[in-house]
Amino acid sequence: MAGASAPLSAQSLSALEVPPPGGASSARDFTDFLARKLAAALASLAMLLVVGFVIFSVMPSNPVEAITRGHFTSPRQEQFLIRQLGLNQPLWDRFGHFVVNYLHGNLGYSWQFEEPVSTLIAQRLWPTLLLMGSSTILSVLIGMWLGVRSGWRPGSLLDRTSTGAAITFWSMPTFWLGILLLVVLSAGFGPIPSLFPAGGMSTPGSAGGLTPAHVLDVLHYLALPCLTLTLVTFGQYQMIMRSSMVDEAGNPYLLTARAKGLRDAEVRQKHVVPNALLPSVTLIFIQVGTMVSGAITVETVYSWPGLGYLTFQALQIPDLPLLEGCLIVFGASVIVFNLLADLAYRALDPRVRRT
Amino acid sequence: MTAIDQAGLVVARPPRLQALRHFAREFARRPAAMAGLAILVAITVLALTAPLFIHASSLDVINAPGQPISPPSARFPLGTDYAGRSILALLIWGTRPSLAIGVIATGLTMVLGSALGLLAGHYPGATSRVLMAFTDFFLAMPTLPLAIALAAVLGQGDTSITIAIAVTSWPGTARVVRAQTLAVEARPFIERARALGARDSQLVLRQVLPNVAPFILVQGTLTVASAILTETTLTFLGLGNPTDVSWGAIINQAFFQGAVSAGAWWYILPPGFAILIVVLGFTLIGRAIENILNPRIAR
Repeated sequence: MAGASAPLSAQSLSALEVPPPGGASSARDFTDFLARKLAAALASLAMLLVVGFVIFSVMPSNPVEAITRGHFTSPRQEQFLIRQLGLNQPLWDRFGHFVVNYLHGNLGYSWQFEEPVSTLIAQRLWPTLLLMGSSTILSVLIGMWLGVRSGWRPGSLLDRTSTGAAITFWSMPTFWLGILLLVVLSAGFGPIPSLFPAGGMSTPGSAGGLTPAHVLDVLHYLALPCLTLTLVTFGQYQMIMRSSMVDEAGNPYLLTARAKGLRDAEVRQKHVVPNALLPSVTLIFIQVGTMVSGAITVETVYSWPGLGYLTFQALQIPDLPLLEGCLIVFGASVIVFNLLADLAYRALDPRVRRT
Repeated sequence: MTAIDQAGLVVARPPRLQALRHFAREFARRPAAMAGLAILVAITVLALTAPLFIHASSLDVINAPGQPISPPSARFPLGTDYAGRSILALLIWGTRPSLAIGVIATGLTMVLGSALGLLAGHYPGATSRVLMAFTDFFLAMPTLPLAIALAAVLGQGDTSITIAIAVTSWPGTARVVRAQTLAVEARPFIERARALGARDSQLVLRQVLPNVAPFILVQGTLTVASAILTETTLTFLGLGNPTDVSWGAIINQAFFQGAVSAGAWWYILPPGFAILIVVLGFTLIGRAIENILNPRIAR
């Protein structure tokens, strides 16, 4: 182990420059690795379905009562609902039906919107992807930029302020930060005029399509929710990037690079940053779970018509089939992104490929 | 092998009381830890004594003493809420459910996480693998959607929020406890106890648990912070007890009763700061305990 690690770490120094060693054995290794990870992801998806079924079909003591709450129902209507929901069948059969339905993309029927859950989720998917994607890109850029610079000069003014800001924003309740920004930048506070709209995704009645005016309009509505999510999440990247920069800065290859006569900024950008990048890059995929939780509260505060706001709307009834669909979609996306994280890690780090 | 065992026997653990004194000294030396402790003591005293200086009747929506959403004044230092109740009084009263739910949910989390962690650490092989696969699954699941689903199915109220938090936050603890259990069980005194004929339950509860307990304490302190954050989030989304006065409920009412368009900063800022301060207090203490314990594991 100790003998093997020396050439490996030497190789890892140029991890991003040297093409990976090819060959039949590494290709087979990769297939094995992929098969293992895919099997694990499939097992997680199966587990997710079990959890969803247990929460929504086993735990409610009386789903009929949940549906008919507040409405008078005759015993015959109740019998009809019980049959319609399949509650008279054994649990095992119900689980079978549930799995078959989900695999066919039939996620049930929303009580509140009286539409198939899959249609609702498909409608709300793009706004969420837009919000999560844009805030992920922004928080990665800001967080890494700050992390590189504060980790390069630990204890400097930039380090202290950015670490302090990162921790403060990170420990804030997301929805509270969103409301504060709403008060200051949207409602118009004191001398500050109303700069951004309070909610929604575009001006009501505006023509859609990819016209420049519409794109600008959506960006105007996107600004505040995106800012809120970015402020809450950039701290993770800042802290991880900072600590891997500090770790890397102790390595002797820095001395070599400086002895060659490279300037400080060159040493940092060409030698240290590529090596320190790995943990933050994989964090992007793992952060999806956190982003999902953040999206629910941020979308609620800004009535952003995405999956998070849909979850909130479902919660008010509570619209159980819709909630179940949202839970499964959120959970499945996290499982998929964790799989991507494993693959990205392997693609970026040759040391993982050898094991 | 024997040499290591003998060395292990020579380096005996210090008596518990001495360890505790060492811990208290280290804790007192850290300003951050003492600040965290001061915050928690102040908040706890406030929560316990609140009924002495706030009348429950002044928190009644119907007979509220002031005008709705009015800015801070001499009579209401932090202004009033949508019903005309004093925000300061609501804020102080709100410490009670927030702390109670945070602490009870954490207790449940610790019991659940420690039990699974101890089992997985003590029984290696298939048991451990199954338990850890289960733990990793829940660790990867997004917390909020799962908690929302649970709380929605269980119905509005403090009990369902508490259960939802416990069910979603145990995996981290299970991982830490399992790792520490493995570390402790590799030490020679466990082998000695086994040689003396200790049963599994005795080994786990009498030998391993006391040595793992400090790490459970660290996890617990940090979990209270995240539990309070989750509790306020769930309450804000409307899953809490609708008649209760809590920080999450104050922000919920502020947001849905038009504090934003009224620019009522006095309605929105205080509950958020209260959450921040309490979360900070628990985090500071948790980090400090972690730092005090860590050099000893390294040794």
